[in-house]
Amino acid sequence: MQRFYFDHNATTPVSPEVLQAMMPVLADVYGNASSIHHFGQAARKRLDDARRQTAALVGATPEEIVFTSGGTESDNLALLGLAGIQTDRDAHAITTTVEHPAVLASASQIASATYVPVDSQGLVDPDDIRRALRPNTRIISVIHANNELGTIQPIKEIARIAQDAGVAFHSDGVQAAGKLGVDVKALGVTMYSIAGHKLYAPKGIGALFVRKDTPLDPILYGGNHERGRRAGTENVPGAVALGRAAQWMTERANEESRRMEILRRRLEESILDRIPGVRVNGAGAPRVSNTSNLRFQGIDSEPLLIALDLRGFAVSSGSACSSGSTEPSHVLSAIGLTKEQARSSLRISLGRSNTVAQVDDLVNALVQCVAHLRKLAPAYA
Amino acid sequence: MTGSRGPIAVAMSGGVDSSVVAGMLHARGETVVGLTMQLWNQRRLPQLSGTRAPGDRPTGRCCSIEDVYDARHVAQSLGIPYYVVNFEQRFEDQVVKPFIGEYLAGRTPIPCTLCNNFIKFDQFLEMAEGVGASRIATGHYARIDFNPASRRWELRRGVDHTKDQTYFLFGLTQDQLSRALFPLGGMQKPEVRALARQLQIPTADKPDSQEICFVPNGDYAAFIDAYFDEQGTGRQDLAGELVTSDGQVVGEHTGVHHFTVGQRRGLGIAAAEPLYVISTEPATRRVMIGRKDDLLRSKMHVNQVNWISIAPPSEPVRAEVKIRNKHAAAPAEIIPAADAGRVEIVFDDPQRAVTPGQGAVFYSGDLVLGGGWIE
Repeated sequence: MQRFYFDHNATTPVSPEVLQAMMPVLADVYGNASSIHHFGQAARKRLDDARRQTAALVGATPEEIVFTSGGTESDNLALLGLAGIQTDRDAHAITTTVEHPAVLASASQIASATYVPVDSQGLVDPDDIRRALRPNTRIISVIHANNELGTIQPIKEIARIAQDAGVAFHSDGVQAAGKLGVDVKALGVTMYSIAGHKLYAPKGIGALFVRKDTPLDPILYGGNHERGRRAGTENVPGAVALGRAAQWMTERANEESRRMEILRRRLEESILDRIPGVRVNGAGAPRVSNTSNLRFQGIDSEPLLIALDLRGFAVSSGSACSSGSTEPSHVLSAIGLTKEQARSSLRISLGRSNTVAQVDDLVNALVQCVAHLRKLAPAYA
Repeated sequence: MTGSRGPIAVAMSGGVDSSVVAGMLHARGETVVGLTMQLWNQRRLPQLSGTRAPGDRPTGRCCSIEDVYDARHVAQSLGIPYYVVNFEQRFEDQVVKPFIGEYLAGRTPIPCTLCNNFIKFDQFLEMAEGVGASRIATGHYARIDFNPASRRWELRRGVDHTKDQTYFLFGLTQDQLSRALFPLGGMQKPEVRALARQLQIPTADKPDSQEICFVPNGDYAAFIDAYFDEQGTGRQDLAGELVTSDGQVVGEHTGVHHFTVGQRRGLGIAAAEPLYVISTEPATRRVMIGRKDDLLRSKMHVNQVNWISIAPPSEPVRAEVKIRNKHAAAPAEIIPAADAGRVEIVFDDPQRAVTPGQGAVFYSGDLVLGGGWIE
């Protein structure tokens, strides 16, 4: 059976050029980047190159990039590494109801946190962030592009509010970097998370942009790696992979993004045209161009997802990080969907390998599966 | 030979029986999809987890991480598609809450039958059909055959009478039976284990599950208390008196839900001869106790009767009637009552501990005629 992958927000395959860049490092460049000798220096060179490439993707300087194990660690480091925040009994954090669990769970470790709601399209109102400010607010964290809906938040406006208040501002850019042109200076963020495996690099590598002069303590204790901000022997092959992926994205992000936009329009228009009772969740807000979250009235997404998988189409019913849970997606709940509406929603996230023909095949499969499921559930009129 | 009727969804619990079912059907060339039902979140009611040595596997617990891991491992080794489907909400509404309600009403429920009626042969069947499998297969020890003469699907005891599970299957409808496969019905348990090894199924030597799957260690009273604590409704005060048949109060108890008809242990009364629970009265919170012979009953009423292998009769029927899982079915006459779905059972010889809330299943030899709930 031919299989097609439509779940790029969960993870992406490693691209050929990334694999090509990474393999020789895995095979031959085994030195510890902190060692003084030739082997160490060879590894250090690769790490430094990768840091420059990664910095270029988001418009940072290389010293402002901390390599981590991925998006979750970057988010944890951003929220909990801010100097003194974990021991400050008055510390207050502001975040939103549509964050990734890595941010939500990190925020819950801070003495107090405000979770700012979003509107029916998934957008945060910057004024709500402003109103949530307290004298003891230490950090604001707002996701740049939402993993389930693709919603792009008004990061610049929120950054201005944070600057005016003198509060650190972190944005989780895991789903935005490489899909949008990201310039951390223009955005005005203090910290910004990225993850390699959403950018066609492998799992186990990520980065956190930390603006120069931001007081950051490590959350992992050990050696003095990454300028004392992240202990642990550097993952050189991972960093090389992320660097190469970042370079590709820096060069091609706009072009690829436009291609995704065309594919998504075809996908959504065909589905809306051929299947009755479909809504696009969050369609009223700006969205990253690869993400489509669709609601099929009267359908439970669980059998729909399985039926599609058995036909060779990989999609998702929400975030992979919360699958298996009986609770509806917190993001879909946050935009006001009922439990039933959330349970009837499906996420399709496009990527580099997807073609027009694949999208058409997916639409055909959806037409058949939805018709079959609706026949079984006569509740749908 | 490839199955001509499309894919079969196998309900995989992670135990040896359902694993063998998946392996058998796969080896036979059927297109098999493995599905594990997530029925209960084991992170709930942590106070019940008790203490066990590291590495000990908990017994009698459904849907543990270990069971899902085992089921996935089996599916991986067979190379079949496998998914976990979440039925927690339905399970709580249709099985757990009625289970608690029955105890509080002074009856002794059988959650396995509710689970079969409302989950395995209802929501699971629906899920299977939704993903494109018109038939399901489970590891039940029972046999299904179509009788062309009567045009009915018939249910028979599993060949291995020590493992027979028909007592829990009396609620199955003709439509459900027509879409279910019980590949183990014709096998003895040792044969199943041998086949598991032959098919190189990773769980071949896993112990059989025991007790009620969501109640750790079989302590249902502790489960009920913990559930009330979790729901924040507070424990209900169910304490009351222990009373003999002549109205004499001989002791006190902490809750009617701790008692079931025929129970001997835990009464906390010293007496010359063994005493048993004869009945419980939730309204007065009284637990009636008496001698062993006080438990004998020659008649009972059964409601919500489902007829399986024969059409609903209008005349009395002779059958052997089983009143709990470990009971040896006793000869009786089944007399249809005036109200639909209700019958009166008259045993040839009085039976001990007829327990309201339990099932009464009617057999003719191995054939399951039907069954219902004891009033």
